[in-house]
Amino acid sequence: MAHTTAGARGATDEKAPDPPGRPPRSRASRAARACGAREAGGRVPLRHRLRRDRVLLLMVLPALLLLLVFTYVPLIGNVVAFQDYDPYIADNAFQAMSQSPWIGFEHFRHMAEDRLFWQAVRNTFAIFAIQLTLFFPVPVLLALFVNSFVRPRVRAVAQAILYLPHFFSWVLVITVFQQMFGGAGLVAQVLRDHGHDGFDLMTDPGLFKFLVTFEMVWKDAGWGVIVFLAALAAVSPELYEAAAMDGANRWRRMWHIQLPALRPVVALLLVLQVGNALTVGFEQILLQRAAVGPSASEVLDTYVWNTGLDNGNFGYGAAIGIVKGVFGLLMVLAANKAAHLMGEQGVYKR
Amino acid sequence: MSVLNLGIKPGSRSGLRPVWEEPPTRAGLATKGVTLALVCLAVLFPVWVVVVTSLSSVRTITETGGLVVIPRGVTFLHYQELLSGGQVSRAALVSVGVTVVGTLFSMVVSVLCAYGLSRPGSVLHRPILLVVVATMFFGAGLIPTYLVVQGLGLTDSYLSLILPSALNVFNILVLRAFFMGTAQELIESARIDGAGDLRILWRIVMPLSRAVIAVITLFYAVGYWSAWFNASIYLSDPDMMPLQNVMQQLVIKQQRPSGLGQAITTGHLSPLAIQMAVMVLALLPVAVLSPFVQRHFRQGMLTGAVKG
Repeated sequence: MAHTTAGARGATDEKAPDPPGRPPRSRASRAARACGAREAGGRVPLRHRLRRDRVLLLMVLPALLLLLVFTYVPLIGNVVAFQDYDPYIADNAFQAMSQSPWIGFEHFRHMAEDRLFWQAVRNTFAIFAIQLTLFFPVPVLLALFVNSFVRPRVRAVAQAILYLPHFFSWVLVITVFQQMFGGAGLVAQVLRDHGHDGFDLMTDPGLFKFLVTFEMVWKDAGWGVIVFLAALAAVSPELYEAAAMDGANRWRRMWHIQLPALRPVVALLLVLQVGNALTVGFEQILLQRAAVGPSASEVLDTYVWNTGLDNGNFGYGAAIGIVKGVFGLLMVLAANKAAHLMGEQGVYKR
Repeated sequence: MSVLNLGIKPGSRSGLRPVWEEPPTRAGLATKGVTLALVCLAVLFPVWVVVVTSLSSVRTITETGGLVVIPRGVTFLHYQELLSGGQVSRAALVSVGVTVVGTLFSMVVSVLCAYGLSRPGSVLHRPILLVVVATMFFGAGLIPTYLVVQGLGLTDSYLSLILPSALNVFNILVLRAFFMGTAQELIESARIDGAGDLRILWRIVMPLSRAVIAVITLFYAVGYWSAWFNASIYLSDPDMMPLQNVMQQLVIKQQRPSGLGQAITTGHLSPLAIQMAVMVLALLPVAVLSPFVQRHFRQGMLTGAVKG
């Protein structure tokens, strides 16, 4: 059993026989292990394999603990959705959870007749629809455009500039937009200097859904180019050459070679996008909620924040979170199914 | 086509267009160039205005009636005031501290986990991988996560800005995919020479994965530097707030920075230039660092998608 412990430390008290086919301890056994012993893992008893790979297991442990505590334990914490949770009943959230009374599906029943909840649902889907039509195609077009430049220097500089806003925080992006399109922003300033009325895009509830999409295009459309550029780089140059020989001009080459090359990537990203339809820019919208008012800006995530954390109705907030999570998962699965039916691969294979 | 010019069209300016491609028209090239310039300008112009205004004097700002597009003299007055102690200096220090400690912690845990799951045939690696990957398909939700962080007593501590958001499973999968691509012969020969897993990781696998480690480090660092929401729900002491939260208060909510109100009222400082200076502080580290890692982005983005 000590064949993985180098040296004499565990050697004297080990009495168990070596597993079949494995030479005794020491360096020779390390060599044996290196040469395919792990691949033969199935025949070695679990105890021995645990011992053999204990360093690897220890390496995984910190990450597992973090996921356990901050993802799996909160998953159980969702029980507050079935409680009349009272945070002040005890000093500690865990104690409060164990002492709060159970109310079954009361929160979920309330949700059905909660006008604000349905408003959040409508806003969420409206913003998703606008993003899908106005944001989604932009990176594809940008990638085709950047790809049409042949000089590496031009492409590298263009990419560096296009990627930059992706690394800006949402607070920064919104403050930048405020300085450009806000009531005291540059556009309003120029308009006023020329005798026109000022304008303020940042507080206009009617345009809010377009504003968030516009901000998203500025921040992330350039970053989205990477994936499509990689797909275009993978196209064999011979295809273009053969098409050109057959008389296809550059637009036809784009239509018949480049767009089909992008199809699987587009399908994959579409699946991810639809799967994420219920999550439409939480931080971004929360930061601007006060400026335009909740009736235009409240989406599911901000409504969870508002009811749960801002108003202290933790149980109801968690219930909305559960509904959102379950429907989100269903939408990923449905979108993936649709991708398979269209002959694309989707996120996971069949 | 002669052997000498190797398919490169003689006389073409860049020498990069293949012979079979029709030569671009002058008008087409011009349109493309102008469009690209406009797209880049859409990104750079707002940043330019913010930087120039932050470096302008109170007089220039009053004369232009607000934001400054064309610089008229440079002054570091507002930066000096902001960085000589007070709310913004403290917030910047907090952000730097959380970013450095958090990134280091995230990288150590992620790299260890990625390596631990990257040895083919190691015990239990399939079920563990499943437990890790499953978290990409569901999140526990805001409310229960908040309750757990609060129940663990992490609120009002900087740990609440690091621990709950320390791991990004996608990053772990990217690292793992890279580690799996490390030549097995190298690892095996090191093992024969008596190296343990930690030494193999440190001496062989990590040096060979420098590019992807640079990318993932940048991703984590940008995540910590940009984070704003966790501080807003877990911290209550205004003195503990990181830079993004202070920027939100000063620029989005238009509050005056504590301690500088007097200087603003007397006209010594411009509130607008102070806001812009805070924004520059927030964008500077990101804008300086990300181009260095740029050429590795593609690897970092795609490996995980392919093998994850």
